[in-house]
Amino acid sequence: MFQEFLNQFGTNTVGGLTAGAIYALVALGYTMVYGVLRLINFAHSEIFMIGTFAALFVVLQFGITAPTGLAMVGVLVMLILVAMAASGGAAVLLELAAYRPLRKRGASRLAALISAIGASFFLQELFKLVIIQPVFDKPGGNQIGSPRFLGRETLFSIGDTKVQLYHVIIVVSAIIMMIVLDQTVTRTKIGRGIRATAQDPETAVLMGVNIDVIVRMTFLLGGAMAGVAAVLYLGAYENTKFDIGFLLGVKAFTAAVLGGIGNLRGALLGGFALGLLENWGAAFFGSTWRDVIAFTVLVIILMFRPTGILGESLQRARA
Amino acid sequence: MRSETKSKSGAGLGGLTDGLHGWWRRATTWQRWAVYVALIAVAAVLPHPAIGSIMSPSGDWVGVLGQPIGIYVLLAVGLNVVVGQAGLLDLGYVAFFAIGAYTWAYMGTQLGWTFWPTVPIAIVLTALAGVILGAPTLRLRGDYLAIVTLGFGEIVRIVAVNAKPLGAAVGLSGVPAPVLPGLDFTNNAPAFYYLILGLIVLVIIFSWRLEHSRVGRAWAAIREDEDAAELMGVPTFKFKLLAFFIGAMIGGLAGSVYAGQLNYANPGMFPFILSATILVCVVFGGSGNLPGVILGAFVIAWLPEFLRAFEVTIFDYRLEEFRMLFFGLILVIMMIFRPEGLLPSRRRRAELAEGTGGMGSMGAEVAGPGADTTQEAVSK
Repeated sequence: MFQEFLNQFGTNTVGGLTAGAIYALVALGYTMVYGVLRLINFAHSEIFMIGTFAALFVVLQFGITAPTGLAMVGVLVMLILVAMAASGGAAVLLELAAYRPLRKRGASRLAALISAIGASFFLQELFKLVIIQPVFDKPGGNQIGSPRFLGRETLFSIGDTKVQLYHVIIVVSAIIMMIVLDQTVTRTKIGRGIRATAQDPETAVLMGVNIDVIVRMTFLLGGAMAGVAAVLYLGAYENTKFDIGFLLGVKAFTAAVLGGIGNLRGALLGGFALGLLENWGAAFFGSTWRDVIAFTVLVIILMFRPTGILGESLQRARA
Repeated sequence: MRSETKSKSGAGLGGLTDGLHGWWRRATTWQRWAVYVALIAVAAVLPHPAIGSIMSPSGDWVGVLGQPIGIYVLLAVGLNVVVGQAGLLDLGYVAFFAIGAYTWAYMGTQLGWTFWPTVPIAIVLTALAGVILGAPTLRLRGDYLAIVTLGFGEIVRIVAVNAKPLGAAVGLSGVPAPVLPGLDFTNNAPAFYYLILGLIVLVIIFSWRLEHSRVGRAWAAIREDEDAAELMGVPTFKFKLLAFFIGAMIGGLAGSVYAGQLNYANPGMFPFILSATILVCVVFGGSGNLPGVILGAFVIAWLPEFLRAFEVTIFDYRLEEFRMLFFGLILVIMMIFRPEGLLPSRRRRAELAEGTGGMGSMGAEVAGPGADTTQEAVSK
């Protein structure tokens, strides 16, 4: 057990950082929506799923197979743009259909969370039963493979640990997107509106912030980040399925809580921490327990430090 | 003002249920008893083939009545204690159901116990699991609780998949059915139906008595405003834990019956979808109101069975496979237009109209630009 853990330490660290980068990008969506609306956007996992299918659609349409060099960068950028548009658009529609009417009525948060769960089911089943079959010509309940579009060349080795091209691409892309988002939220007018609304919605309205626009932008930005995560996920694991978002969504939410919900930098830190813990833990206890680790981590943080590692900085906690 | 606009927008079906509700409030004791007796009589003759030929044209109506309908009703009444009465969102209720089922499956197949003494043990074990889950998590914000319970449900399932003594992914088969002197329940659907009916009646009485006791009033206070309840001297943590405890007990009871009914237990029987489906039953029917919850569970369990008779196919899928799609849609639409459910309790409806009734209201809920027009649209 311990020997195995030591032997695979390097491989698991690289794998953990890769998985963590994807968790972090998805966690950003949870953290932003929670910061502004105080709502766990349960359907965010489906926004991610929609991104994977949008990217897969483009990959198959253009017949992309194992591009190299600049072509690969071009493909990656194109896929990211398409998936950002698909996921961001879906997130905006979701807000419009499932959350806005509730918000206008000042509905209970319990009602909003139940609406989110309903929307999540609806989107999953919509893809499983209606969309996948005609578009991809495969049974909607099946896993659908993707051709390779991120290279697997070994770039360098540390001891026995091979670091492959796609590991580097995923981690670097995630960090770049993270910086872009962080700058958007701290420097632009929209970002100021988001922070103001998260801090105190009443005062924000009095200061002339249009909450409807801010909420829509929050969903758009969060959805776009999920779109990026979707492309990187498809590149790394090379398959997707209608319920691919469920477990990943719960883990990403765990990452958001781990870093401090509402805190963008916390989401990045939480994502990497969870990815590492999960991969190290899987080596230690056996891979069948992998999914239990995330949930156990969640319960432990909530018990001992419910505000997460970095605290809830986008807004103060209003329990 | 808000409650006024609510009752107007809920005309139609809402008007009918409100009328029924008003009649019930004015009914005398003997009228109420007449209704109780009539309901039990209806339930007793429900397995009759004549009813079955209408309700379930394609299949085995008595079997369907026991499972899923009976089991769903039992679970919905149990989840209602947690979600409807105490206002705590539990997304992992299936965990308790699984623990109950595995307890009986293990004791029955590996240790050779009989059913009846095992049931109390299963109930105690599940209730303990409820306390173990609740003790660290019930101090959290309401929405964190939802995710933690979801995680707990998955943990229980994954443990079942990995546990060798519980048959790992294959599960335990050959689980014996209960036996009474002169009555063997094995593959005896009518016997199971009447057993479950009896349990449902017991659980309903239990839940109803709780609701109208000091405990029920404490739950209502917590649901409406936890801070205020705490200040008024309600030990909120203790009562929330009690809600988990009682909800878990009922789930465990349902689980042990279920394992006996199917004669097996495996991890595939306890997916997250089942937790969500039971939640739909509670919310759709009217969370916090027993008749509503029972109606909701009945409809949600029965509709797919009914639809199975009509072999309508869309993209190679039969119509009843679309049920989760419709459940999702139902949840969203109900939350937008009638968050209190089909048959709500009056109190619950007032709470939801005010944005309380569990976890307080959303952030960014203040009237923004354009809110005036929507307010008017609602009141018209």
